[in-house]
Amino acid sequence: MLVIEDVHTHYGKIEALHGVSVEVKKGEIVSLIGANGAGKTTLLMTVCGDPQASSGRVILEGRDITRRPTAEIMRSGISIVPEGRRVFPGLTVAENLHMGGFFNTKSEIRKSQQHVYELFPRLKERENQRAGTMSGGEQQMLAIGRALMSKPTLIILDEPSLGLAPLIIKQIFEIIAKLRDDGITVFLVEQNAHQALKLADRGYVLETGRIRLQDTGANLLANPDIQNAYLGG
Amino acid sequence: MATSNLKHALFCAIITLVVSYPILGFNLVSQGTSVGLEGANPTTVTAVFLAALAVFLFQLFRDQIMSGLGRVPKPALPTTRNMSDATRVRMQNLIILFVVIGAAIWPFLASRGSVDLATLVLIYVMLALGLNVVVGLAGLLDLGYVAFYAVGAYTFALLSQYFGISFWVALPTGALLAALFGLALGFPVLRLRGDYLAIVTLGFGEIIRILLNNWTSLTGGPNGIGGIPDPTLFGMEFGRRVKEEGNISFHDFFGIAYDSTHKIIFLYLIALVLAVMTFFAIRRLMQMPVGRSWEALREDEIAARSLGLSRTGVKLSAFTIGAFFAGFAGTVFASKQGFISPESFVFLESAIILAIVVLGGMGSQFGVILAAIAVTILPELAREFSEYRMLIFGAAMVLMMVWRPQGLLPMRRIHIHLDKPE
Ligand SMILES: Nc1ncnc2c1ncn2[C@@H]1O[C@H](COP(=O)(O)OP(=O)(O)OP(=O)(O)O)[C@@H](O)[C@H]1O
Ligand SMILES: [Mg+2]
Repeated sequence: MLVIEDVHTHYGKIEALHGVSVEVKKGEIVSLIGANGAGKTTLLMTVCGDPQASSGRVILEGRDITRRPTAEIMRSGISIVPEGRRVFPGLTVAENLHMGGFFNTKSEIRKSQQHVYELFPRLKERENQRAGTMSGGEQQMLAIGRALMSKPTLIILDEPSLGLAPLIIKQIFEIIAKLRDDGITVFLVEQNAHQALKLADRGYVLETGRIRLQDTGANLLANPDIQNAYLGG
Repeated sequence: MATSNLKHALFCAIITLVVSYPILGFNLVSQGTSVGLEGANPTTVTAVFLAALAVFLFQLFRDQIMSGLGRVPKPALPTTRNMSDATRVRMQNLIILFVVIGAAIWPFLASRGSVDLATLVLIYVMLALGLNVVVGLAGLLDLGYVAFYAVGAYTFALLSQYFGISFWVALPTGALLAALFGLALGFPVLRLRGDYLAIVTLGFGEIIRILLNNWTSLTGGPNGIGGIPDPTLFGMEFGRRVKEEGNISFHDFFGIAYDSTHKIIFLYLIALVLAVMTFFAIRRLMQMPVGRSWEALREDEIAARSLGLSRTGVKLSAFTIGAFFAGFAGTVFASKQGFISPESFVFLESAIILAIVVLGGMGSQFGVILAAIAVTILPELAREFSEYRMLIFGAAMVLMMVWRPQGLLPMRRIHIHLDKPE
């Protein structure tokens, strides 16, 4: 579904990714873990085309999207839940969701909206509340809901557990599992290594711009190196 | 708190003295060939010290004063909060209809001077509605908006001077040319946001003005361009004598006596029609995808882009459409004045239009119209205080921001309607 091949990405002269290769197959949950500043967000942004990879290729469903403009990439079946949620603070929950379905017809929007409300009944309750006044957990649900509005085949999540209480994190991860069961492919970036790897079919470990390890989620969880470095021993 | 305020207040007072004493407290007098320095008369010196004292006291009790201001009961404004969208829109349309009908009848009853002033108000309404798209809806702080106004006005002035083009041809031409300038400005500022954007647009506005000022061979420079023709009504002219061969004058055609107010009223009606058109065009745009994309961009650029919106397209459309309406307003302005010069398009003009948008409530069309009326008419009513106009204006701005930071009539979004579940 998504193939990242030997991607190098620069911010000005600084190289943030030194040849990263990742593959996400259809129907999988793939987790990418790594410390602060490892380049996780950079990798996701490279997939979205901002910044573009300076070398290497990004292939989405067999199509090379490395040099495509962001707007075009984001309309080709990918959705991203950006780092830090980034809901539209001044718009209501419903309006945020409608923005998510910007390029869909009204009846499609209505269907997806109902689907999102089934996944997150909380959002339905708060339909007319301004998104900026919601709690962090609710905003994260909204960000995920908004990403689902365009009916993506691949959803990318950048640290959805950031700053949330354990109970909410559990809920969010349950939803992610449900998305996969609904046939959506999931590429998950997390610092919360334990949960992310438990959920994942396969996982990657990114360290300072390089892939250090890749394996099934279960194997990575059992790996002593990983346990030491990312799971607190 | 008290001590820190005291220190701060002392500091402010000293600054006031340091800044104002040398400027106001000394006079330069010529003594033969040399220049000498002389202390100013005692009243000025006292005034300077009194001013410093006022600053000191205000800063010392700033917290109390500001919280006191905050507690002053806020003017209650009608609320439409509990109405459904459909009824609200219907009620709005009804109100608009009545207001427009009233506004169309009014000039026949009013004095010549007030109709002329009302035309100016309508020009500002157009300008503010246009800038509202850029600043209020798309969230792009544009401090050079007056440039597009100037483009519209000069397009008409130059076309009429060099090619004898009439108002009705110049109107769309001026608007389109202004839109083109909006597009041209849009490209270099695509990547800029906030303060940087404000500074670049400010520079752009100045460039246009300075260009008009210095390109003397084309624009007449500071002398401006005069003799800009009045609009015609189906080829009928409003002057006492017909200027163009083959035209007939309005009063001859209807067999009435010549009256110079005919022209004033006609211009007013044109401005009214254009302002109403601007209002509805922009309201329509707001409900269309392009309007929603402006809002998305204003709310969060990264999120907007993550949804597949193109930053380029959204920003350029906002700049272009905003500029288009400024071009409209400029053409009407040129025709109303009959004479334009770069002096009409200084930065202060941009600032006033921006103030109208902020005072009215960013994004709110009704608020912006209300503020345009207030900002244009109040200074006229306060003619005798004309020296203190900017002072009163500034004070009103400050009070307004304390009382109602969201503007006179804050924006209410019209939700998009999804078809009802079967
Ligand atoms: N816009 C930018 N300009 C310059 N350098 C950047 C930029 N964004 C990120 N970097 C650098 O690239 C490196 C990778 O950053 P990135 O945001 O991808 O890390 P991350 O793995 O997502 O970290 P975190 O877990 O804290 O979100 C860091 O060294 C960072 O300083
Ligand atoms: Mg990150």
